[in-house]
Amino acid sequence: MVILIFTEATLFAILLTSYFFIRFQSGPVWPPDGIKKPELTVVAIMTPILLLSSGPMHWADVSIRKGRVRWLKLGLLLTFLMGATFLTLQGFEYHKTLEEFTPRTNVYGSLFFTITGFHGAHVGVGLLMNLWLQFNAWRGRFSAADHLPVEVVSLYWHFVDAVWVFILVVLYLSPHVWP
Amino acid sequence: MAISLAARLEQIWEEKPGLGSWLDTVDHKRIGKRYCYTAFVFFLVAGIEAMLMRAQLARPDETLIGPKAFNELFSMHGITMIFFFVTPMLFGFGNYFVPLMIGARDMAFPRLNAFGYWVFLFAGLFMYSSFLIGEAPNNGWFNYVPFSDKHFTPSLSPDFYTLGLLFLALSTTVGSINFIVTIFKLRAPGMSISRMPLFVWAILATSFAVIFALPSLTAANVMLELDRRFGFHFFDPSRGGDVVLWQHLFWIFGHPDVYIIFLPAVGIVSAIIPVFARRSIIGYVFLALATMATAIVGFGVWVHHMFAVGLPNLAMTFFSAASLLITIPSAVQIFAWLATLIAGKPVLRTPLLFILGFLFIFVMGGVTGVMFAAVPFDQQITDSYFVVAHFHYVLFGGAVFPIFAAIHYWVPKMYGRMMDEGLGKLAFWLMFIGFNLTFFPMHIAGLLGMPRRIYTYHAGLGWDLWNLLSTIGGFVLGLGILVVIVNFMKSVRTGAVAGPDPWGGETLEWATTSPPPPYNFLEIPTVRSAEPVWDQPELRDTGHAVHGRQPVLVGHETLGTSVMDADAESVIPMPHGSYVPVATACGLAGIFAGLLTGIVAVTAIAVGIAVTATLFWFRVREEEEPGPSVVVGVAP
Amino acid sequence: MRSRSRHSWVGSAGALLFVLGASACGDTAPSTLHPEGPGAHRIAGLWWFMFWVSALVVAVVTALILIGVLPGRRRRATHDRATPRWAGRLVVLGGVVVPVVVLAVLWALTLSDMSALSLPRRSIALKVQVVGHQWWWEIRYPQQGIITANDIHIPVGLPVEVELTTDDVIHSFWVPQLTGKTDLISGRTNRMWIQADRAGVYRGQCAEYCGLQHANMIFYVVADPPDRFREWMTREGQGAATPTETGALRGQEVFLSSACVGCHTIRGTDARGKVGPDLTHIGSRISIGAGTFSNTPSNLAIWITDSQSVKPGNLMPPIPLSPADLEAVVAYLEGLK
Repeated sequence: MVILIFTEATLFAILLTSYFFIRFQSGPVWPPDGIKKPELTVVAIMTPILLLSSGPMHWADVSIRKGRVRWLKLGLLLTFLMGATFLTLQGFEYHKTLEEFTPRTNVYGSLFFTITGFHGAHVGVGLLMNLWLQFNAWRGRFSAADHLPVEVVSLYWHFVDAVWVFILVVLYLSPHVWP
Repeated sequence: MAISLAARLEQIWEEKPGLGSWLDTVDHKRIGKRYCYTAFVFFLVAGIEAMLMRAQLARPDETLIGPKAFNELFSMHGITMIFFFVTPMLFGFGNYFVPLMIGARDMAFPRLNAFGYWVFLFAGLFMYSSFLIGEAPNNGWFNYVPFSDKHFTPSLSPDFYTLGLLFLALSTTVGSINFIVTIFKLRAPGMSISRMPLFVWAILATSFAVIFALPSLTAANVMLELDRRFGFHFFDPSRGGDVVLWQHLFWIFGHPDVYIIFLPAVGIVSAIIPVFARRSIIGYVFLALATMATAIVGFGVWVHHMFAVGLPNLAMTFFSAASLLITIPSAVQIFAWLATLIAGKPVLRTPLLFILGFLFIFVMGGVTGVMFAAVPFDQQITDSYFVVAHFHYVLFGGAVFPIFAAIHYWVPKMYGRMMDEGLGKLAFWLMFIGFNLTFFPMHIAGLLGMPRRIYTYHAGLGWDLWNLLSTIGGFVLGLGILVVIVNFMKSVRTGAVAGPDPWGGETLEWATTSPPPPYNFLEIPTVRSAEPVWDQPELRDTGHAVHGRQPVLVGHETLGTSVMDADAESVIPMPHGSYVPVATACGLAGIFAGLLTGIVAVTAIAVGIAVTATLFWFRVREEEEPGPSVVVGVAP
Repeated sequence: MRSRSRHSWVGSAGALLFVLGASACGDTAPSTLHPEGPGAHRIAGLWWFMFWVSALVVAVVTALILIGVLPGRRRRATHDRATPRWAGRLVVLGGVVVPVVVLAVLWALTLSDMSALSLPRRSIALKVQVVGHQWWWEIRYPQQGIITANDIHIPVGLPVEVELTTDDVIHSFWVPQLTGKTDLISGRTNRMWIQADRAGVYRGQCAEYCGLQHANMIFYVVADPPDRFREWMTREGQGAATPTETGALRGQEVFLSSACVGCHTIRGTDARGKVGPDLTHIGSRISIGAGTFSNTPSNLAIWITDSQSVKPGNLMPPIPLSPADLEAVVAYLEGLK
């Protein structure tokens, strides 16, 4: 899993590098074609929710190491709810953004939606794995001695959170910093 | 005890013959062979494509093959050789021999391993199905935009390329992950990282290179497919996109890929030379470090494929320096091999002959490679036949000759019978002469101004003779390969019985029977040397005797050890055969077919299959019989 | 013994072939080894330096291989562990020291050649714009208002700036005897310069795969002495002359009333199509179909009626003309000098 995360991280790095490549090939005005700089209000709510969701996930992981199945279930559930909220907010955000530009508008739109969409898909996969863990946790599958899947999913979730920080900085904040 | 243990292991590891086990096997040896067979078939297909091209180019103004077919042939030749032959072939050898060399019972993730093979096979069939509808990829193996975008190529050919390679990337990625974990966690106790065979080092370096290089190709292909299918604009200059982005992304993958191809071959060379030189390899540490250094520096040289694009001079000087620098690890390796040969007492058998051929050809390809780091020369010669000559010297010399050495070297282990020596030598000389006759004249054609990828040329340009020679050489080379096939067919049936260690090898695969039993080793060997079979006589009969001094696993499991020092840590239960990998791969094949054709129903059904299979995959394995994880005695 | 003779045979044959290759090409070959411009001259010099160094490296390695496998040498114990002193030195010397020195020298040469080639010594005499099309070259002289195709006339001995753009996919501009290649990148403009030191015709060809007829995307650089160049430029700058001869006159009528005008321009007439090459002075060009074949009346007739048979996939449809009309059109076009 660690190695899978390496390769996924490389993929995100490549995507973000492509963003910068296009950005510097492009003219002085960015985003181009009169698109407004990214709106930060919704993101300001989404970001802390996603980042804080690493907390309960970690808590769940720590709990099962000590054999506390109930805390595991609770932690997983909290993580799931926070992740789902993040995705829902991203849906709202998309809805609003799509009125202004789409992936077909220009290369900026293509980059914006591909990168955020790709991250959203990762959050989605994380949520599915979370559900699978919950299902097995309820079946009493995990114990202090046997909890590798929890560790793995937890690692993945932290990774998805961490990637968001980079996306936030590059896609949402950088256009405000560099005119 | 020994007999009952062997019988017991046989009973729990053996896979029953028949179609069922053919589909559900997770045995790394069967999967490894399968990789080799399939990859070799792709090799022959791509070879036939090459022959057709050579026939067309034998004379000026030839009309044997039209431009459309020619463009498809050179594209598919490159795609097949690079993606569907060399890497899978070397992964096949890796699959078969890495667990044997490190004294494990299987790969770390046997079902993932089976999955990787099926995905490779289906991706290959997917790619070749393009010929059936007459829309084979026709834009070369690097598929430059904007030629490959919807406007200039409305047919499905680029979709076959992008989707086929995205599909294949799954196989290569899971294969690499599997190799890394296997090598890190399943080495026999005592095989610290500094005692690892160099072939294993090479596979490790390759796998890491794959992990970091492949995402770039994946990203590029996803972007291109989004452009083509959904009207995105990544590579569309009229909407702010950039066509050079594709070239960067492609070559950030593409150049490391050269080393992904070359490094396992280097591992084969380092495996064979000491055995036939009959002495320890000289400069083990240098070789291991050079392998890693090549894999790392290989990520910093991609721009030398783009010197004619019109980039700033400053950037080009940097990449020129990096491209020169990468010569050094290769030079170190070559001189370490030469020193080993000179210090040893070489026996000139077929595998060593192929390695000598490799050394000569690879050095020739290396020196012409250095030339391309000289920016002005690169600008003059890039995209000419000189490049075609150069990379065939590097890839055919650097990878295919070692692969043929490996075939002659390892077939006795894999099939228990020796290859015929006379036919082997005949094949070598045909291939060596044929190779040089094919590709050496291409240097000259290139210097005389012949660009690559042209389906015809006019008479009177000074190119005629060199092209005719190339064509003749190509057919000699083909004949040599035919001799190898005949030799193989004959030898695996009637060849001399090989015995466990026909060459006097030093690595652990020679410590067990030929072919090895399904469980590889009766007891997991304990290693105290970098050349265990030479230094530890007691290992010579590991396949069929128990000494009680070493860990004995009597269940369907293997031994987990620590990453650096390989201290025994845990007993890892291994999964049995399963239909889940092939079912998942089928589902994925359906998804890609659905994406290609745009038929939603196909995609939906395939997603259903894939998801169901994945759920089965991750079904908690409580129903499997609890293996009696007995560890009898641990080496002092 | 057998391997020994074979290896040395290949080694010496290699050097021999290169020498042959260098000398065997006639004047017609667009050979990088027969440079006729300052760029190609420098690059050829770099090549010969690298060639001799490479030949030496290959010879040394081949010799070491032979020493390694030669029978009847001193015998050593098998499964030897110790690394002899000389072996370590060989690896360090051959693998690190010598390559570092050679590569450093090569890098220095590369840098000096790069800076020498980046700008011509004399100031730019002329600017030419080259626009790549699938599969022909549009040539423009913006200062003189000249538009032509597939032939680039330049004054001999003077540096000419070439501005490279493409109308469709990526192409690459390569005249091996003059200098290295530069790509024509969609959405970008590249600049390079060429100079021919001797009057003559230099063959160029597209070097980046660009589709079906990549092989027939050829052009010629014609280096003229100054007065002939000036004469060419004056003639080329004018519109097409109205033919005087009756056959050609009829040919003009047929041309102007046919589908030809949808794609082609002949300056001075009503033909103003922009899809295909400008035909104002087609009679004076070297080839037809961007180097597909030479410019003769019979070839032109084949091209007009059935260009797909000689350059499959090109964008020109077959133009059905009666034999008499065809003859007239050919006479007209060939007269457009």
